[in-house]
Amino acid sequence: MLVGKGPISRRSVPPETQASEHLRFIHDVMERSASFTAVPGWGMFVVGITSLSAAWIAAVQASPEGWLTVWLVDAVIAVTVAIVTLRRKAHRCGVSLSSGPGRKYILTLAPSMVAGLLLTVALWRAGSLDVLPTLWLLLYGVGTITGGASSVRTIPVLGICFMVLGVVSLFVPQIWMDILLALGFGGLHIGFGLYIARRYGG
Amino acid sequence: MKVLRQNLDPLIHARVRLGIVSALAAGETLSFRDLKTLLKTSDGNLSRHAQKLEQAGYIKCIKSFQDRIPLTEYRLTSEGGAALLAYVEQMERMLQMARAVTPD
Repeated sequence: MLVGKGPISRRSVPPETQASEHLRFIHDVMERSASFTAVPGWGMFVVGITSLSAAWIAAVQASPEGWLTVWLVDAVIAVTVAIVTLRRKAHRCGVSLSSGPGRKYILTLAPSMVAGLLLTVALWRAGSLDVLPTLWLLLYGVGTITGGASSVRTIPVLGICFMVLGVVSLFVPQIWMDILLALGFGGLHIGFGLYIARRYGG
Repeated sequence: MKVLRQNLDPLIHARVRLGIVSALAAGETLSFRDLKTLLKTSDGNLSRHAQKLEQAGYIKCIKSFQDRIPLTEYRLTSEGGAALLAYVEQMERMLQMARAVTPD
């Protein structure tokens, strides 16, 4: 029986309206199930602040190795902050990171991060550090877009912004690279982090 | 229309059970806690409905430990996926029939 036991149990409601509302209920549950809301806005904000500092410190380094070291240290700090705040927010929201959308988010974000790390090592060994900012911006953008497919809608938009900066970095002088990295890993993280923290509860 | 209504699968027609099946269709594997948060229901209610779906072979229950804490996860089986698809198709057919008999 449709009436009385289903998601919509109003006897006076015509069957077609009930069918329509049942379908909307299914769609709504599926959409909420696929949306990972444990993305930590405040964590993103902190990563943005550390990245702005890293961009400033890296820009005044005398050697390319010094420049790379600063950014690698920042990456380690960023990953640590991200993991800690992600776990804390997931725990607070009652969302598991080992299953469902949480797992999907991490699994889709991780490959481009690992690829970025391996290519950084390869390019450092080849002495081609000039292309690293473009590579980092594009790969982080790709990872954020794919990870964002199972997250709140803001995340893929963040990924697109990173990719736009990556494309811009192809056409500007090398001296602009730290500014683009500061805009991306600093500015975008701060802006989107604040938005997510205010809109999605932390 | 009446025949369609009579043929609805009673197992997934109940709100919580339909919610569980729909959530698992989108979220692949979800923990008991995820489902409870998503469907805004009590432990006992969710447990009872999940058990019915498990007995029918619509979902599979996976029990493990995470940081020494018991973790119960659910996954939709192919039978459950087929049942949800059939249910959605019946709903869509009901809508189409209603539109066919309703004048513009």
